[in-house]
Parts: sequence; C-alpha cells; structure tokens
Amino acid sequence: MYVYKCISIYSPPSPSLSSLSDHHNRRLPCVPLSESNPVVHLRQTRKRRGSFVVSLSATMSACKDQDPRIHGIKTKIRVVPNFPKPVFVFCACLLMVGMAGIMFQDITTLLLDPKAFKDTIDLFVERYKGKNISVVAGIEARGFIFGPPIALAIGAKFVPLRKPRKLPGEVISEEYILEYGRDCLEMHVGAVEPGDRALVVDDLIATGGTLCAAMNLLERVGAEVVECACVIELPDLKGRDRLNGKPLYILVEYH
Amino acid sequence: MFAGENGLQGDPRLKAISEAIRVVPHFPKQGIMFQDITTLLLDHKAFKDTVDIFVDRYRDMGISVVAGVEARGFMFGPSIALAIGAKFVPLRKPKKLPGEVISEAYVLEYGTDRLEMHVGAVQPGERALVIDDLIATGGTLCAAIKLLERVGAEVVECACVIGLPEAKGQCRLNGKPLYILVEPRK
Repeated sequence: MYVYKCISIYSPPSPSLSSLSDHHNRRLPCVPLSESNPVVHLRQTRKRRGSFVVSLSATMSACKDQDPRIHGIKTKIRVVPNFPKPVFVFCACLLMVGMAGIMFQDITTLLLDPKAFKDTIDLFVERYKGKNISVVAGIEARGFIFGPPIALAIGAKFVPLRKPRKLPGEVISEEYILEYGRDCLEMHVGAVEPGDRALVVDDLIATGGTLCAAMNLLERVGAEVVECACVIELPDLKGRDRLNGKPLYILVEYH
Repeated sequence: MFAGENGLQGDPRLKAISEAIRVVPHFPKQGIMFQDITTLLLDHKAFKDTVDIFVDRYRDMGISVVAGVEARGFMFGPSIALAIGAKFVPLRKPKKLPGEVISEAYVLEYGTDRLEMHVGAVQPGERALVIDDLIATGGTLCAAIKLLERVGAEVVECACVIGLPEAKGQCRLNGKPLYILVEPRK
C-alpha cells in the first residue's frame, strides 16, 4: 500500500486503454549500471552533476538510455489521475482551491503487451540469475505478478508477503505506517530460513514503507536481503532512503 | 476434467505437486480444510512443473489472454501467459483496478462479492484462459467467465491447480471446460 500526491490545478481525463499516451519521464543524467564499487562511482557522479545530490546509499537504476527495452516498458505504463481518489487542497496564500491528484502508475497495461512484460521480467532475471538468490518475496498483490516468473527463472522459491489474515497457518507480522494510520504485512513462519538470500519485489516504490516492512520480516527470520527490485520508482518521495542502506534496483522513474 | 485422468496418467509430477500442497485445518473458519499452495511455491521444481503442465497444454491453442483471479491466480497466471505469448489480465476485487472497469457479482456462502476487469483489456474475439489456484463451488470462476464473455472474448478453458469435491464430476463450468491438476489433500 502506498500514498503519493502531486499538485495539479486540473485533472485530465483518465486515459483509455486503447489510446495510451506516451508518458516520458523527465530525462535524468544517465547513471550507468555498474558492477564496480558503487561508492566510487557515486563520487564521480557528484563531480559531473555539480549540485545534484546523490545519496551515499548504494542504489542503482537500470540505465534508462542504454537498454533499448526500457523505453518500451516505460511507454506501456498508464498513468491514471485521481486514483484511488482526488484530494482537494485549499491554498490560502493564493486564495484558490486546487485539486491534488494522485497520479496512479498502472502496470496492468504493461501486462497487456507480452513483449514488454517479458522484457521487464528478463531485465530482472538477467540481473539476479547466478547471484545465489534463494528467495523471491513478492508484496501483495502486484508483487505476485512479477515475483513468481522471476523466481522460476532464477531457481528461487517464491514467498508471498500478504495483508493480514490472508495466509493460513502460523505467520509473523510487521506493522508499517501509512499516511493516515497503519497497515500490516505478514509472512509464513518457516517459509524463509536463516541464511537465505532474498530479493524483495513489488511493482512500485513510493514512500518505501511497505518495502521496509518486507525487509524487516525477512531479516527477522535471519535471511539476508540482497536487494529490493521494483518496476517503478517515485524518487520525489524518497522511498530509497527508508531501505536502511539496502540497494534498490528499478527500471523506470516517474516524477 | 482431472489431468491425471486425461493425458497425464501416472505422471510423477502430479504426485509431487499434490504432496507439496499443505492442508491447514479450520482456516478461515472451523470445519474448512484449507488447501495452502504457498508450500508449492517454496518447492521450485514442483512449482515449475505446475506451470509447465499448463503451458504444455495451452501453448498451441491460440490463446491470447490469460485472466488470473486475485490474488492466488496472480501467482500462476503471469508465468503461463509469458510462456505462451499471451497477455495477462488481472481480475480483481472491487476498487483495486484504476480507470474504467466492468464488474460482475457472485454469490458467497453469506452475501455476495464482485470481480472487476479493466475496460479495453480484452477485445472481442480473443481466446481466453481463466486461471485460479483452486475451484470450490465455481462461483468466482463463473463470474470471471462472464466478465470475459461480456466483452466478446471466447473462454477456451478454466484451469486450476486444485479441484474440490464439489467440482468433481463437473467437467464444465457454465458450459466451459474445466482442467484441474490435483484433488485436495486430506
């Protein structure tokens, strides 16, 4: 579960599935995916970017401009304004009412394109195959769409992390904070063992609260979280700062 | 129609799949012996075999849509869709899908629930497979079939890993063929 907002004065009509608009992310300086020491790489990046601040946590993005599959994936993701709901905001200093729209990143349109969906999975599989990952943990429910194909391809087990009371039998539970209130993520006792090397998968990272809860569940049973992997990141919400220094791998960003 | 009686007689993979499924008594309530497929997902070989059996069956049937019922249908459907070159369409509980949806009600033991599908996800004339982990009364699968047929798709078959006794003897659901891998464990 995640909540995020951006302010817009009007709400455009929801794009229909038959006419996907081309949502290009603002072009960021390319951060090439590198197997070399990420700290060294980030220092070099700071020099090139001047005042552009780069976190010292070892985070990496797929290089948006080098892998030709990324563009195809990005254009297949549909943005649906005002979902789950619009939020009205009164701006006192300007004496006007604006609509703060929640711009929902809808991956279902990606799933309708077999090539783009396959490319998405392939990008993750290429990264994690041969890295001795024994567990892929997917977060309910959209993590269940990407996690199992990755797990099957890399020879790992798949573990669903679910909302409360969905998993039968004994579970452990981790609470996390939402914008208003709290929620909980559960994992089966015994599904993951001490020493397991785990990958956490979800469709999107916003504030990072859910991913953080997921990581905590895995670490509490003695697993090592190798990386978190998401299709989409909303970097303005700084979710990667909540990952306790764990690396985050994403395919596309949306500002 | 059970796989073990139709084309996969004596296939050792079916026995391993059945044995990988855990039974949790009295969940979600007293008297229900819950068939837990999460233990199947922990067994890489058995999970892969499950997907492979479905893929082998459906790869040459001209299927362009795999529709998976939330949430456990999401664990099997996408892998099948990817392997056979079909699109994956999630069928979800109310208010989860953004944008325009169509909705179909179905009956529960007490009350009703609804299943939703995105408008425009499936086109008229498409050949569809419906997938879920388990069929009990068939209410959810019936709702899934109706959603697809309402938009003009042809439901080729419904596929489930497990079929409860209520489903046995039913090779068809709403006139649609049903394909099941294993019976429930005691």
